[in-house]
Amino acid sequence: MDPLASIKITFFQECEEQLAELETGLLTMKDGETDPETVNAVFRAVHSIKGGAGAFSLTELVRFAHVFETVLDEMRAGRLAPDGRILDVMLRAADVLADLVRAARDGGTVDEDRCQALIAELGALTGVQEAAVDDGFLDLDFAPITVSVDVGEEPEPAAAAGLEMAEGAPAAEKLVVAFRPRAALYAKANEPAVLLRELASLGRAEITLDASSLPQLDELEPEAAYLHWVATVETDDEAAIREVFDFVEGDCELSIARVPDDCEPVAARQPPVDEAETAGELDIKALIARATGGATQTAAAAQAAPAAQVISLRDHPARAPDMSARKEDGHAVAAASPTIRVDLERVDRLIDLVGELVINQAMLAQRVLESGLARSSGIAVGLDDLELLTREIQDSVMAIRAQPVKSVFQRMPRLVREVAHATGKQVRLVVEGEGTEVDKTVIERLTDPITHMIRNAIDHGLEPPERRIEVGKPAEGVVRLSALHRSGRIVIEVADDGGGINRTRVRQIAVDKGLISPDANLSDEETDNLIFMPGFSTAETISDISGRGVGMDVVRRSIQALGGRISIASRPGQGSTFTLSLPLTLAVLDGMVVSVGGQTFVLPITTVMETLQPKPTEVRRLEGSVPLLLVRDRYVPILDVGHRLGYRAGPIEPTEGVVLLVEGEDGRSAALLVESILGQRQVVIKSLEANYQRVPGIAAATILGDGRVALILDVDAVISGPTSEPALAETRLLAAG
Amino acid sequence: MSKTILTIDDSRTMRDMLMLALSNAGYRVVQAVDGVHGLEVLGAAAPDVIITDINMPRMDGFGVIESVRKDDRHRATPILVLTTESDAAKKERARAAGATGWIVKPFNPEKLVSAIRRVAA
Repeated sequence: MDPLASIKITFFQECEEQLAELETGLLTMKDGETDPETVNAVFRAVHSIKGGAGAFSLTELVRFAHVFETVLDEMRAGRLAPDGRILDVMLRAADVLADLVRAARDGGTVDEDRCQALIAELGALTGVQEAAVDDGFLDLDFAPITVSVDVGEEPEPAAAAGLEMAEGAPAAEKLVVAFRPRAALYAKANEPAVLLRELASLGRAEITLDASSLPQLDELEPEAAYLHWVATVETDDEAAIREVFDFVEGDCELSIARVPDDCEPVAARQPPVDEAETAGELDIKALIARATGGATQTAAAAQAAPAAQVISLRDHPARAPDMSARKEDGHAVAAASPTIRVDLERVDRLIDLVGELVINQAMLAQRVLESGLARSSGIAVGLDDLELLTREIQDSVMAIRAQPVKSVFQRMPRLVREVAHATGKQVRLVVEGEGTEVDKTVIERLTDPITHMIRNAIDHGLEPPERRIEVGKPAEGVVRLSALHRSGRIVIEVADDGGGINRTRVRQIAVDKGLISPDANLSDEETDNLIFMPGFSTAETISDISGRGVGMDVVRRSIQALGGRISIASRPGQGSTFTLSLPLTLAVLDGMVVSVGGQTFVLPITTVMETLQPKPTEVRRLEGSVPLLLVRDRYVPILDVGHRLGYRAGPIEPTEGVVLLVEGEDGRSAALLVESILGQRQVVIKSLEANYQRVPGIAAATILGDGRVALILDVDAVISGPTSEPALAETRLLAAG
Repeated sequence: MSKTILTIDDSRTMRDMLMLALSNAGYRVVQAVDGVHGLEVLGAAAPDVIITDINMPRMDGFGVIESVRKDDRHRATPILVLTTESDAAKKERARAAGATGWIVKPFNPEKLVSAIRRVAA
C-alpha cells in the first residue's frame, strides 16, 4: 500500500481514539473534575486531530479543530472557566468534530450550517472573530502541500549539491555576511560549522574566520563564544540567507550587506582559508577543529551505524519489556499490557480448531467410557486432565475475541445529548462497567438494541422537566447504563428514574390493538411485558426518536437471536429498568440434550426454565387445541416437538415423555414435550446455514461426543408456530439424511 | 554515514509521517511516544538530532528540552520542536527553553530535511 495512504488510515484510527478521549474528558469535566491533566488531555486530542488533518490537507477539519482548540487553549490557560454551559457547547463541538472526521474518512458532507453555528458559538466563548482566525490560519500554515518524498538521491544530507550548482552559475551578485555567534547559540546546540556549510550551499562562497578575540588558553572560558566569521556569498537571495540563520536569530550578531560584483571581499585580518571550490564541509570542520575555543561538541561522533536503516527501539530485545509497558497510543498507562493487532480471520480459524478439539476430546472420552475401562485407569485419568486443559484452551481462545463493551457504551453519551435536545428533556447518563468484556460478535450486535432502549428510556421513560419538578424530582433525569458479568453471562441494564410504565395505558393500548382480550387478567409483570409484543408502540405519535414502527419487540427479538433474554422491572413514579442477559460468546452453548423421534436435539439451557414429568391429573384437553399442562395454577400449552417437526404423524401422550418448560418471545411460556432428556453439556455451535441451508425450527447444529450431528432447536420458532399443525416437515428429511 | 533522528510525538500519525519522510531521506529513525519515553531511549539511541512535539502526555516538549540540556552527555544534541503555529510567541518559548530550531506542521519532507541540515553536521 502507498505509505501515505496507510498513514492516513492510522490517522483516522487515531482520530477515533482522540474523539473518545475528548468526549470522556469533557464529560469528566462536566462532572466537576477539572484537574489540569484532564484539560490537557482534551486539548491534546483536538490538537492532534488538527495536526494530522493539516498533514492531509483536510481544510474543513483543520478549520473547525483550530477554532475548537483556541477555546480549549483559553481554558487550559485558566482564562475560561469550564462551566456547564461552556461544556455543553464543547460537547456539541466534539460531535461536529466527529462528524467532520468521518466525513473526511468516508466521503460525504457535514451539515455546513451546524458547523458554522458551532464555530460562531465557540468563537463567542473567547471573543475571537471566527473569520479572522480561520482565514489567517489557513493562509499561514495550511496551504495544501504535495508530499513527495523522493529524497533518495540525497542519502547523505550534505551540501555538495548546492555547491555544484553554484559552480556552473554565472557570476552573480555577492552578499557579505558577518556572523558573530553568542554563547547562547552554542548552548542551544547550534553549530556554526553547519550553518556556514548551509550558507555555502547557496552559492560560491568565501568564508573567513576571525579568531582575534580568542584569548590565551589559561583565560579561555570553555563555554564562551570567541569566534566570528565573514562570508562572501555569490547570491542575491537575502531571504535564503536569513532562512539559514533563522534558528539562531537573536543568539548571534548577523549582518548582511551587498557588495558590487567586481569588488574585493571585505578585508579580513587573515587570508581566506578556502576557495569556494573546495569549501566543502570537511574544510570548515577542520577549521573549527583548529579553533578549539568553541564549546561546541557535535554529537555526531557516534555515527558508526550501518547505512540507511530504519529501526525502532521496540525491536531491541533488551529493551522490550519496559517498552512494552507502554501503550502504543500514548495513553501511557504504566499498567497497560502490550497488545498486538491480529487479523480476525486467524482468531476465528483458531476458535474453529479449538471447537474441533473439544468435539474430538468428547468423542475420545465417550469411546473410553464405552470400552469399559476403569475410572481409575491411567487412560481415564489422563483424559480427565485433557478435558480440563481443553476447557481452559477454549476459555483462553474465547478471551481473545472478548472486548470491553466500552466501544458500544461510548457512543451513547452523544445519543443521549441528541435525544435530550430533541425532546427538550434534561438527561444525565451514568455509565458503569464499560470494561466488562464480551465476545466481539455479541458486541457488534448490541449497539442497536442498546441504542433503542436508551432512546426509549428518554423518550418514554423520563418525564418532561416541569412534570418532574411537580412530583418533587430534580429536573434532570438520570439514565443509567451498566454492564456486569453474572454466572457466565453478561448482564446489561438500562434504567431510568422516570415515571415507570403507565400500566393502565399499556393495557388500554394492548386491548385497542387487539393484542389481548379486554377481560384478560394480567399481573403487573405481564402488563409490563406487553410492550414487547409485536405491533405494540406506546408513542401516541410516531416520533423520530424512538424509531418508526420499530418497537421493543424488535429489541427483544434481536436479543433473543443472540441467545439472550430481556426483562423489565418497573415501579410507578420511580422508573423502569430493562435488563439484558446475554451469553458471553456465540460460539459455544450450554445445552440440554434431548431425544425426539429417535433423533438427538439440543436446547439452549437458558431457554429452559424447568423440566418435569407430567402426571395425568395435570394435563387438560380442550377441543381443537393442543393439550394444556397445569403448572402452579397456570395453564401452558404442551407442544410435542417430534410431532411439530414432522418426525411423527401424531403427538405422543404427554405422560409418556418429559416436558421442558420454556419461555419464548413475548414472554409466552410453553411446555415442550420430548421423549427423554439425555444430559446437559457444552456444545460447539456450527452454522447450519453456512453448511446446508436455513431450516425452520432449527437454529444451528453441533457435533456430539459420539460423532453424530445434533440439531439445536430454535425454541422461539417452535413455540410461535401454529398451535395445531406440524408445519416444519422439512426437518425430517435433513435429520434422516 | 547515516544520522540517527529521535522523534518524540504522542500521535501515531505524526510518528509515521516523520518516519516516512526521514527514512526516505536516508536517516535512521528511533521513535518515542512521549517525553518520558524519549528521555528513556535517549542514551541507547544516541541521536544526532531530536525532533519533539510540544503537547504530549506525561512530559511535554519543553520538559524534554530542559532535561536534555541538563544532561551532560546530550546537552549538545540539536533539538527541533514541532509546532503547528508559526507564531513568534511559540517559537520564542521553544527557543527560551533551549530548542535548537523548529519545524512548522504540516511539514513537507524538503522543509524537514532542510531544518535538520541546519542543525546537524
